[in-house]
Amino acid sequence: MSTQINETNFTQEVINKKGLVLVDFWAVWCGPCRILGPIIEEVGSEVKDVLIAKINVDENPVLANQFGIRSIPTVILFKDGKPVEQSVGVRSKEDFIAMINRNR
Amino acid sequence: MDTTHNVIIIGSGPAGLTAAIYNARAELHPLVIAGLEPGGQLMTTSVIENFPGFPDGIEGPVLMQNMIAQAEKFDAKLVYENVVSVDFNQKPYKIKTPGNEYLTKSVIISVGSKPRRLDLESEAKYWGKGVSTCAICDAAFYKGKVVAVIGGGDSAMEEANTITKFAKKVYLIHRKNEFKASKIMQDKTFTNPKIEVIWNTVVNEIVGDMVVTGLTLFNNQTNTESELKVDGMFLAIGHIPSTEIFKDQIELDEVGYIKTPDGVHTSIEGVFVAGEVADPSYRQVITASGMGCKAALEAERYLSHLL
Repeated sequence: MSTQINETNFTQEVINKKGLVLVDFWAVWCGPCRILGPIIEEVGSEVKDVLIAKINVDENPVLANQFGIRSIPTVILFKDGKPVEQSVGVRSKEDFIAMINRNR
Repeated sequence: MDTTHNVIIIGSGPAGLTAAIYNARAELHPLVIAGLEPGGQLMTTSVIENFPGFPDGIEGPVLMQNMIAQAEKFDAKLVYENVVSVDFNQKPYKIKTPGNEYLTKSVIISVGSKPRRLDLESEAKYWGKGVSTCAICDAAFYKGKVVAVIGGGDSAMEEANTITKFAKKVYLIHRKNEFKASKIMQDKTFTNPKIEVIWNTVVNEIVGDMVVTGLTLFNNQTNTESELKVDGMFLAIGHIPSTEIFKDQIELDEVGYIKTPDGVHTSIEGVFVAGEVADPSYRQVITASGMGCKAALEAERYLSHLL
């Protein structure tokens, strides 16, 4: 299960969160995002202690701009509220799990 | 690692997925190494109006998702990994990805082609941070901003015009003093008030902080460097076949396309080819699918002779 993040709950759900949050920046019109969506959900069901969050860039342009998002899908891993690693494009489930593990 | 697959399909555009559907229906349990850009180039297009059977057109990404679903329904397995090397010197053939090594009796290569890059270090650094090859995907991020498009062909003109729907200004930068684009696209470009053409110029460096903030340009007539402030750069300088990993393993032509006597077979027994990687001339969804079908049937025939 992923949490929908918007400009209202971002601070509470991501910035103030202790530990790891994996944030998927996406949009409805983005083809690769539709492929990545289920992969990110799978990551969430395997790695229970990491919050999986999704940000729709069309509805939340301020957040997209704040993190310099210029291509989607972009995934940013936050640790204790700070971005620690980022990837652009579709990646495999194993890649994301490795990304999470090396930032624990 | 232990199992030897019947057939591994490298690539997941229309060619690879059509091959997967055919081989899966033949109960060969194909493995599709789909890459990190699954669905291929169609994932970054909008509506496809010339694919038969869809009178109202179909969106590229939807068509590809349907093909993936169709292949998986018949038990094709997709993995989202990039192939890093292949070994066709001994059987079973070996295919390596960063995390796995696969063995297979036959291979269908359908890796397609990819947008040509400038090959600058700064280009890799700002990939997805202001450097893009897909206006349809990323133009919306440049509302009210200034953007450079590099290229002189139809696709450069198309990208430039698409981006003007969002950006306030588009510089179209070309290394020559004339475009090779069609007249209709050139007219559209020259009459678009938001587009300014910069002739005889190449990009020497991309500069920025967290995202792109500008370009260092080089004018090849005056031999002078200059700075240009932009928020993003879109590349439209053609496509190259994605065949580096095969170059010591299989015969390629001088550009890098895989050589094939008949559009299906390659210089290696049991290794077949489909789609744009062996077809520089047509490059259509339907031709790629057709080639995928042929390759799948040839692979099936080859496997039946092995038993």
